[in-house]
Amino acid sequence: MELIINLSIFLVLLGVGLFAGRAAEQRHFRELKQRELLLRGILVFSEKRPPQDRPFERSALVMGSVVIAEDYFKGTVAGLKSLFGGNLTTYESLLDRGRREAIVRMKQQARQLGASMVFNVKLETASLGSDGSGKSGIFSAEFIAYGTALIPPRAAVKLPDALTVAA
Amino acid sequence: MELSNLDTLPNKTIVKHLGLVQGSTVRAKHAGKDLLAGLKNIVGGELKSYTELLNEARDEAIRRMVQQARATGANAVLNVRFSTSNIAAGAAEVMAYGTAVVVE
Repeated sequence: MELIINLSIFLVLLGVGLFAGRAAEQRHFRELKQRELLLRGILVFSEKRPPQDRPFERSALVMGSVVIAEDYFKGTVAGLKSLFGGNLTTYESLLDRGRREAIVRMKQQARQLGASMVFNVKLETASLGSDGSGKSGIFSAEFIAYGTALIPPRAAVKLPDALTVAA
Repeated sequence: MELSNLDTLPNKTIVKHLGLVQGSTVRAKHAGKDLLAGLKNIVGGELKSYTELLNEARDEAIRRMVQQARATGANAVLNVRFSTSNIAAGAAEVMAYGTAVVVE
């Protein structure tokens, strides 16, 4: 009897993770695509040396971060799959999501400052590991993107996309 | 205080290097928030309370770094880097460091 109850709880959690988790992820990816499109005017480089032929008035540190957790389904699948090795595709999409979200947030900050480019962008991932209870070992990770936004002189500021569309 | 993770600031020249400055903070997760995060783990997705928590921690680390830089007489910190590490279950260290300089 106890076994049946335990098993059904597990299956319910798995189902919730599978359907709700996947729906949330797909929604997030759609949203990301839109926001990335809106922010495409801001160029992002991992280079350290800004171009010498363009005038910049000042610079500012910008960053974006997000903490993303796996869902129950992803965790279970990854646990099973790690027995055989190979690509853990359920985690790949999770990490992709987190990193893109962090970059988008960094770009949003850059845009607020009127920047046109962000240089020396660093991406960092820190595993926050399982929660304190330690029984489930559910994985969550923090993604940070940061860099230096270069702000052109006021006259040279390009209108943000939203304004250009409205005009 | 100007912060940058490049080696230079536009339209400014470095007149003096004052060495490494750093700031760090260790934050524990809030028990109540942890509980909610535990529920969120079934469906996954962003843990907003943790994002906020770590952002606050990073602001604090930056503040401490800036304080140190100010104490040495700097007016800018260049080559700033961040790092986050999970030092114990439920606690994370956030660190910021860079080179303090005087620019003109």
